[in-house]
Amino acid sequence: MASRRPDPLATAQIRFDLNGESTTVAFAPHKTLLEVLREDLGLTGTKHGCELGECGTCTVLLDRQPVLSCLVLGVACDGVEVRTVEGMTDGPRLHPLQDMFADLGAAQCGYCTPGFLLVAEALLASNARPSREEIKHALAGNLCRCTGYLKIYEAVELAAAKMRGDDFNPEEETLYGRP
Amino acid sequence: MGGRERRYRVVGSPRRKVDAVAKVTGRTLFADDIALPRMLFGKLLRSTVPHARIVRVDTAKARALDGVRAVLTGGDVPIPFGILPVSQDEHALCPDRVRFIGDSVAAVAAVSEDIATAALDLIEVTYEPLETIGTPEAALETTQPRIHDYGPAGNIHKLIDLEFGDVDAALAGADHVREDLFLYGGNTHLAMEQHAAVADWSADGKLTLWSSTQTPHYVHRALARVLELAPSRIRVIATPNGGGFGGKSDPFNHEIVAAKLAMLTGRPVKITLTREEVFYCHRGRHPTLMWVKSGVDRTGRFKGMHFRTLLDGGAYGSYGVASAYYTGALQTVTYHVDRYRFQGARVFTNKPPCGPKRGHGTPQPRFALEVHIDKLAEDLGMDPAELRLAHLQPPDSLTANHLRIGSMGLGACIRKVVDGAAWKERFRKLPDGRGIGIACSSYLSGAGLPIYWNHMPHSGVQLKLDRGGGVTVFCGSTDIGQGSDSVLAYIVAEVLGVAVEDIAVVTADTDLTPVDLGSYSSRVTLMSGNAALQAAERARDILVRHASAKLDVPAERVGLADSRLFDVENPELGMTFAEAVQTAEAGEGTIGTVGSYMPPRSPGRYRGAGVGPSPAYSYSAAIAEVEVDRTSGIVVVPRIWIAHDVGRSINPVNVLGQVEGSVYMGLGEALMEEMVYRENRNLVHKIPSMLDYKSPTTLDMCEVVTYLIEDPDREGPFGAKEVGQGPLLPVPPAVANAVYDAVGVRIDEVPITPEKVLKAIKDRDKGGYGRFGPTRFPAIPWPEPIRVPPPWEGGDGRAAEGDTVGAGGVRPSSVSTASLPVAEERQH
Repeated sequence: MASRRPDPLATAQIRFDLNGESTTVAFAPHKTLLEVLREDLGLTGTKHGCELGECGTCTVLLDRQPVLSCLVLGVACDGVEVRTVEGMTDGPRLHPLQDMFADLGAAQCGYCTPGFLLVAEALLASNARPSREEIKHALAGNLCRCTGYLKIYEAVELAAAKMRGDDFNPEEETLYGRP
Repeated sequence: MGGRERRYRVVGSPRRKVDAVAKVTGRTLFADDIALPRMLFGKLLRSTVPHARIVRVDTAKARALDGVRAVLTGGDVPIPFGILPVSQDEHALCPDRVRFIGDSVAAVAAVSEDIATAALDLIEVTYEPLETIGTPEAALETTQPRIHDYGPAGNIHKLIDLEFGDVDAALAGADHVREDLFLYGGNTHLAMEQHAAVADWSADGKLTLWSSTQTPHYVHRALARVLELAPSRIRVIATPNGGGFGGKSDPFNHEIVAAKLAMLTGRPVKITLTREEVFYCHRGRHPTLMWVKSGVDRTGRFKGMHFRTLLDGGAYGSYGVASAYYTGALQTVTYHVDRYRFQGARVFTNKPPCGPKRGHGTPQPRFALEVHIDKLAEDLGMDPAELRLAHLQPPDSLTANHLRIGSMGLGACIRKVVDGAAWKERFRKLPDGRGIGIACSSYLSGAGLPIYWNHMPHSGVQLKLDRGGGVTVFCGSTDIGQGSDSVLAYIVAEVLGVAVEDIAVVTADTDLTPVDLGSYSSRVTLMSGNAALQAAERARDILVRHASAKLDVPAERVGLADSRLFDVENPELGMTFAEAVQTAEAGEGTIGTVGSYMPPRSPGRYRGAGVGPSPAYSYSAAIAEVEVDRTSGIVVVPRIWIAHDVGRSINPVNVLGQVEGSVYMGLGEALMEEMVYRENRNLVHKIPSMLDYKSPTTLDMCEVVTYLIEDPDREGPFGAKEVGQGPLLPVPPAVANAVYDAVGVRIDEVPITPEKVLKAIKDRDKGGYGRFGPTRFPAIPWPEPIRVPPPWEGGDGRAAEGDTVGAGGVRPSSVSTASLPVAEERQH
């Protein structure tokens, strides 16, 4: 058994664009992108829920498309563009999605939140005015156990409105319930 | 937002949680995000057999593996532990026996996770198999081997028999009697974050443990006990939980093992469970078989109710004694019950241990009771919403089992959802395949008694007031995503008239924060909120005294708002909050206050009266709309209307989030979530993955219409009651009742899967009764009941004279079998 284990000292190296910055990192070649981000680059904003590609928690954007970072090998990421939750803010300012998730309590425990934010960002990049159904389908690969998803939908809708320059004040029912 | 009452500046307004920005930017540090220099990685070797004696554990090869720094076996951590004092039946590593697949046998610390995992493969364990007990029925029938050597007999862990008035006589005198059997399947929390712990041992003899736990105080106690360290040398820090739902409420073996490995190696040790391990750690919903027989008058008033439960506890005690009591405790708090009897049994089986999950022990009987009432209403030709409204337990009353009810907003909840869902126009009137159903519920705002017997506060808060105008709140409470840190900040900001942003919150750190018992039983807003309120009022009084002297204004005229203290009759005259702190500090030294909360004493004095009392009860009513496909049995829930009596919303947008999240989890339990074990494969978990353990995705989640009922309760801070658990409870029975309305079949079993619906539909099409559910409640050697007269029969909360309180004796003559042939199901 021990003989089949990879050389623990072997490393691979990649250069890629991480949140807009050219980045070089060396790591054990069997590591997933998730592990490289968290363990070798210290970016723990990307979380893991299963490490089997089932829950969507570890989603990052790879060349602007959502991918499950637990299913992508680090060595496959040479030359790509990766965006994580740490790259969403514009300097000190929150991304409109982050703002709306915060305002509506769409992040309860917050563990699944980075994955949801990135999937939603990819959705809004291709569809500035998604319907509720389109939002549901875009987010269908991400599990959240706290919110029941409803505040997440509303946050995505309001963020989309804000990004379009439309009115983005929440309905009274969103904040207080139905009278 | 315009027309809303603005009684308070902070309380009642929607706002961000104090940790919202950290969470949306990925900056919140969960336990597995912690990495310390020279940190080792720990792994647990888990049993591959369900029940066996451990003959030998050979760790020599693992110890010899390059990179391994320590290996532990049961002998290294021999002291047992457990969350309840009455069931200290767990070991960090099993010393001589394994009781379920997943029980921990050995542990490794290595320089990498890969090496630790490889080392586990090198540990050789020799097992001597014991008979496996797979079902509650088998547990009742198998006297040997015993999974544990305690409990009344064989594999029975706990037996309860409580009688509040002569129920048999009440049933004999009732206008209508009906009995039903129900089964609520087991399910699990499935928090998105896997449990993780990091331990650090310092050469000066101090241990620090960071852990994703809901109960740092209880973990602190367990570590002190097992590691034989003074509690003063142990610091437990609960990291923000990536979801809890009750699944992180026990002290866990990986926490103790990480600590022990850190002590042995002198290096930090992290253990993060895999998703599969989390499934096996479980502590989730007890599968519960239930029998209920009740007698009502012509209006549906409960003259007598007799309720029996049988809980499959799995392999350990966990919270199980409390869970068992909870399956009988709250039947009386929604609708008035004249006389009530509860018999409950928890048994051990060789499966992952069950424990507390959102609603702890009460969703199962609530499902049974609310479907039972739906059937009773039909028997009586009554509208089920009207029947419920006619017999509500009144506010400010005692129940048959001596629980004290304060505010009671269930009537308002029912009226809201009945109006909102156009119930009267739609119930029994929708086309075939579509239906609506109603159900209600109630839950605790905190358990009235602590886990271990003591007379100290359940929650403590300290406040530090800074010269710069900042206020720091210290409290042992643990934020598991429900927003408990924010509630502390909101309440203190409200009382002191400062901005929420001026409050710093330090929580869940046994070195820094006063004890709060933990995030369970929906206790935190009420209990830590009251402690914060008291501490803030004391701080306000100090500041007002000094400001009053300095401004030469009577103390009763000093107001606090907008970070100022001022004369309410002449608001121009005043000082900033920071100046007030400086004045007070100059006058009497450093300004700090404490607050604490102790629940009121409950009137019940009988053995078992400790489970069920709460300072306040929340109430919920829900109507579910369903569409049932007759050809596939698939149930779709497009919409749920729910009204929740929260007393007062401290932050309504977060209250809505808790209601919606509860509805979501209730929907998952109603339709799909289930822990299943392969009985022909040694009780291995059938589906220990997030793909195969079905939980609702965005495509399964229904629309939710939420009404918040604000009927302030005198025990809650600003009148607030709980919201995190109660709104889950009415969802499964509302769905079951709606399925009956849609296609005329009764699914008396949760989850309501397509297979069950289809079977019932086919049965009905063939002229059967159209029911899917259990048909038999096994014989159980119930003890002699503890008889406690209800308040209206002269009862003072004590057991009747002649009843030996606490007698655990088994009376063979009381063995009874409730058997319910399907044919009897629709005899009325």
